[in-house]
Amino acid sequence: MGTQSPQHQSPARKRWMSILAKASFEDLRSLWQNLPDKPAWTRVRPPEIGMVMVRGRMGGTGNRFNLGEMTVTRCSVGLESGDLGHGYVSGRNKEHAEIAAVIDALMQGEERAETVEHSIIKPLELRHQQGRETASRKAAATKVEFFTVAREN
Amino acid sequence: MYVAVKGGDKAIENSLHYLADIRRGDRRVPELSIQQIREQLPLAVDRVMTEGSLYDPDLAALAIKQANGDIQEAVFLLRAYRTTLPRFGASQAIDTGAMQIRRRISATYKDLPGGQILGPSFDYTHRLLDFTLAANGETPEAPTSEEPVADGMPRVADILDHEGLIELDLPDDEDGPVPDLTRESTSFPADRATRLQNLARGDEGFLLALGYSTQRGFGNNHPFAGEIRMGELAVSFEPEELGFEIEIGEITVTECQMVNQFKGSAKVPPQFTRGYGLTFGHCERKAMSMALVDRALRAKEFSEEITAPAQDEEFVLYHSDNVEASGFVQHLKLPHYVDFQGELVTVRELRKEIAAREAAERTDDDELAAAE
Repeated sequence: MGTQSPQHQSPARKRWMSILAKASFEDLRSLWQNLPDKPAWTRVRPPEIGMVMVRGRMGGTGNRFNLGEMTVTRCSVGLESGDLGHGYVSGRNKEHAEIAAVIDALMQGEERAETVEHSIIKPLELRHQQGRETASRKAAATKVEFFTVAREN
Repeated sequence: MYVAVKGGDKAIENSLHYLADIRRGDRRVPELSIQQIREQLPLAVDRVMTEGSLYDPDLAALAIKQANGDIQEAVFLLRAYRTTLPRFGASQAIDTGAMQIRRRISATYKDLPGGQILGPSFDYTHRLLDFTLAANGETPEAPTSEEPVADGMPRVADILDHEGLIELDLPDDEDGPVPDLTRESTSFPADRATRLQNLARGDEGFLLALGYSTQRGFGNNHPFAGEIRMGELAVSFEPEELGFEIEIGEITVTECQMVNQFKGSAKVPPQFTRGYGLTFGHCERKAMSMALVDRALRAKEFSEEITAPAQDEEFVLYHSDNVEASGFVQHLKLPHYVDFQGELVTVRELRKEIAAREAAERTDDDELAAAE
């Protein structure tokens, strides 16, 4: 794995990689299938299933401890342009990791980045936010509104 | 002593078929899918992930199906699977303060900032069997509020922190290695990181009983459920080839902050002490039990007398793992034919000796009687 040039360590790349990882596979696949002119890519590292040890903190804020592992699938691909893309996604879906890696590579090239952002990244981000908001609004409906009954004497 | 015995191949094969047959049950009833288990038995899935120490709802659902619904057997299956996978590394520590809250309650502050959010809970059910569920009616979507839950809800411990009334839990080692009981065996005295890892994957029933025992006086430390929160948060990981961290997914966790009675010293005025529980998924009973036991195991740190099982770290850490416990208890079913034959010989010898001694004594008595 070559070292990435500085512009690719930007917060922007962190954002799209995170969106790709947190997306539902069904959403990602259908948006990917609708993308015209898909590039050719080679697998630099074929999809591989492994684990990441999830760490917590004592009391939520203190020193770290090992909570338990989660399954993660990773994949690295290269485009003809020379751009190298990585996918790291929770779970064991190899196709998810590979599509994420190809999109990560595409997003680094100047040619397609805007189109891919518009047709894949942004819609995934919106769908994720919508899902979160629905869950959060269900939770908010269970918020207790205390009231005090005033008594005389 | 252990001796290999041949035979029983056919019986074993047929036993496995019989097990699969029982798993499938009555063929006139539709078969359960993994998706159905994952979506409709979520708390069983959460428990299997937590004690199996592997976050993967699909695998946990598969394990539950394969284990015919035996939760501990499913935990065993998940533990066995995790040994087949490589580890890419460790995540950044998750930030439970940044959790997307689905439930958050406090038993110590009625009007805490952010409010009491009940979320999905059995607490307010009447525990009466609901026969409408047997009628297979469709369940309506839960009601929603206009506004989502406020972001960045303060932890209840942070509120007490402002007044210095509670012990601080701040990191003092961000770069050192984090002890990992899956890589090196536990030695005693164990550090708190090892204890928490052990408790996080420990058996819920065992921890529940131990936590209960502390409440009943076996190592009491006067707990209050300062805060319980459950929801989703992102897991961040820094792949070597990237050199910067990215989010690799979201997980559900449950956290319990137990606030316990005060300790002080010549230097520190009395303040509340803390116990901590954290689990994958929604495992509230487990998180609360874990927090009680965590606090009990801190006895030495607070110079408390160790008198109860929940305070004895060797007792707790050596017996909390249900895969180990189940293995050792159930190994008694394995053939011990030769061992048992040995015991039979011994007990027969003992009985023969006793019978001979008694016979000899009787003869002596008879002779004495005859002499009188």
